[in-house]
Amino acid sequence: MPTFGDLKLSRRDMLMGTAATLALGNAPNTASAQDAGVSGGAVALAAGTPSLAKVSFTVNGAAHDLNLDTRTTLLDALREHLHLTGSKKGCDQGQCGACTVIVEGRRIASCLSLAVMHQGDAITTIEGLGTPDNMHPMQAAFVKHDGYQCGYCTPGQICSAVAMLDEIKAGMPSHVTADLEATPQLTNAELRERMSGNICRCGAYSNIAEAITEVAGSPA
Amino acid sequence: MKPFSFERPNTPAEAAAAAARVDGAKFVAGGTNLLDLMKLQIETPTHLIDVNRLGLDKIEASSDGGLRIGALVRNSDLAADQRVRRDYAVLSRALLAGANGQLRNQSTTAGNLLQRTRCPYFYDTNQPCNKRLPGSGCSALHGFSRQLGIVGTSDACIATHPSDMAVAMRLLDATVQTVNGAGAERRIAIADFHRLPGDTPQIETTLQRGELITAVTLPKPVGGKHIYRKVRDRASFAFALISVAAIVQRDGTGRVALGGVAHKPWRVEAAEAAMPRGAKAVAEQLLAEAMPTEQNAYKRPLVERTLGAVLAEAKG
Ligand SMILES: Cc1cc2nc3c(=O)[nH]c(=O)nc-3n(C[C@H](O)[C@H](O)[C@H](O)COP(=O)(O)OP(=O)(O)OC[C@H]3O[C@@H](n4cnc5c(N)ncnc54)[C@H](O)[C@@H]3O)c2cc1C
Ligand code: SF4
Repeated sequence: MPTFGDLKLSRRDMLMGTAATLALGNAPNTASAQDAGVSGGAVALAAGTPSLAKVSFTVNGAAHDLNLDTRTTLLDALREHLHLTGSKKGCDQGQCGACTVIVEGRRIASCLSLAVMHQGDAITTIEGLGTPDNMHPMQAAFVKHDGYQCGYCTPGQICSAVAMLDEIKAGMPSHVTADLEATPQLTNAELRERMSGNICRCGAYSNIAEAITEVAGSPA
Repeated sequence: MKPFSFERPNTPAEAAAAAARVDGAKFVAGGTNLLDLMKLQIETPTHLIDVNRLGLDKIEASSDGGLRIGALVRNSDLAADQRVRRDYAVLSRALLAGANGQLRNQSTTAGNLLQRTRCPYFYDTNQPCNKRLPGSGCSALHGFSRQLGIVGTSDACIATHPSDMAVAMRLLDATVQTVNGAGAERRIAIADFHRLPGDTPQIETTLQRGELITAVTLPKPVGGKHIYRKVRDRASFAFALISVAAIVQRDGTGRVALGGVAHKPWRVEAAEAAMPRGAKAVAEQLLAEAMPTEQNAYKRPLVERTLGAVLAEAKG
């Protein structure tokens, strides 16, 4: 795991460094690592003392053992500790979807989840879906259909779309599914409702819908 | 966010015991409400107990013909469960009307019941708010109250409970099951679970300190047509201004509960006798004691009209 000490700070790190990351950097040496797996021994901290906890998970197939300030969100762990900056911090309140990643096959807002809650989980970020030379079909479709302008929401849109199609395949209903007992189909109304957690301030929605529809293999 | 220590117990008993032992401890489930509030230092737990690995994530048939929903069942899984879709459709509909796909994958049954109000002053730490800082006053009474409560309110607080799911749970006569640090189990009828604000709006439920929710149970299905109609500022991904949950039988009898009007899901069983007489009669009784502000007086006619649309849909 890259530690704060041996890290070369880029301008982005300086600008985007979060409170939790900076607090970790400043943590007094006395803050001892607490093994969160051991229950029963936990004692509440004196107010204001940062606490560390260990967590192990895989990201895009690679195993990571981290010792993190407990306050670190999954998003901050990915961006600031593992340097996977594809997942974006938009609102940091679960409202915009830019931080969407796939955990154990399901899309979640990584800004409203603590890294230490993900012991043993398999996490996929935009970097793990595909690479510029070997794009995931959803990434390729976004490029083809111009499913973005500034691109900030795009990693979240793509992770969300990939997992959303799996939800439809699994037969999960949505707010606009007319018959709860029928198998849902990917209509345009379904697509828009299901993607409502991903905001695009540039308003590239119709192109995003076309990209997703093409991957799903049905007409928009 | 204030620092906190963290632990990951393996059994409900361990989790409840930890909560009883540590002052300032809180459970974290999906984290979607708690972390949001911790970032703003509205919630400042000193210790978090992760309840995600307690084996409370199953939906099981119960011996009385009902359903036992584990406290950690995700909102998306509950909404998609075949039994819920068939027999408790109003619950699926309410869940699907809430939040978005990502958040429903994270949010849990217990966490949803315990989510805190969306009153703008509760979130604005620069403003007085009796719920956030008891005794500081209520900024909403003479402030921006368009989204807030109209019935069961008090001079101390006019906040609403923001959950969609809880409204369906109230309609379905759910029961909340708990265990405390000493291992004692308890069942709380959903009607008695959420409190009205009174003089102590900071106390929102009848849970005791450290009490862990283990499950929510539903009695056997009652049939009828299930409808959840949510009125909001956007077509998707917005909290309710008001919502109507209803189960209507062929003969026009049934039940109805409201969201977005009170500090708890709002159901007045006596009003349900008026259902065959139509929406106006029901709404009058449901909101007989309503004391809206100037800004949220629109909710009264909105409830009546939405209820009218729901009853018409049930007939059609
Ligand atoms: C952007 C956004 C939009 C939303 N829109 C809607 C909406 O339209 N409709 C709606 O209904 N909701 C909406 N929500 C709220 C969402 O439904 C809740 O945040 C979620 O249900 C909370 O569940 P959780 O598991 O994440 O709870 P957490 O955040 O983990 O916990 C919430 C509270 O419950 C306590 N708790 C958790 N589990 C237990 C347990 N087993 N026993 C005792 N205490 C426990 C925690 O200590 C905490 O106090 C929205 C949320 C966001 C962020
Ligand atoms: S209505 Fe309740 S939550 Fe809102 S400001 Fe008043 S006391 Fe606080």
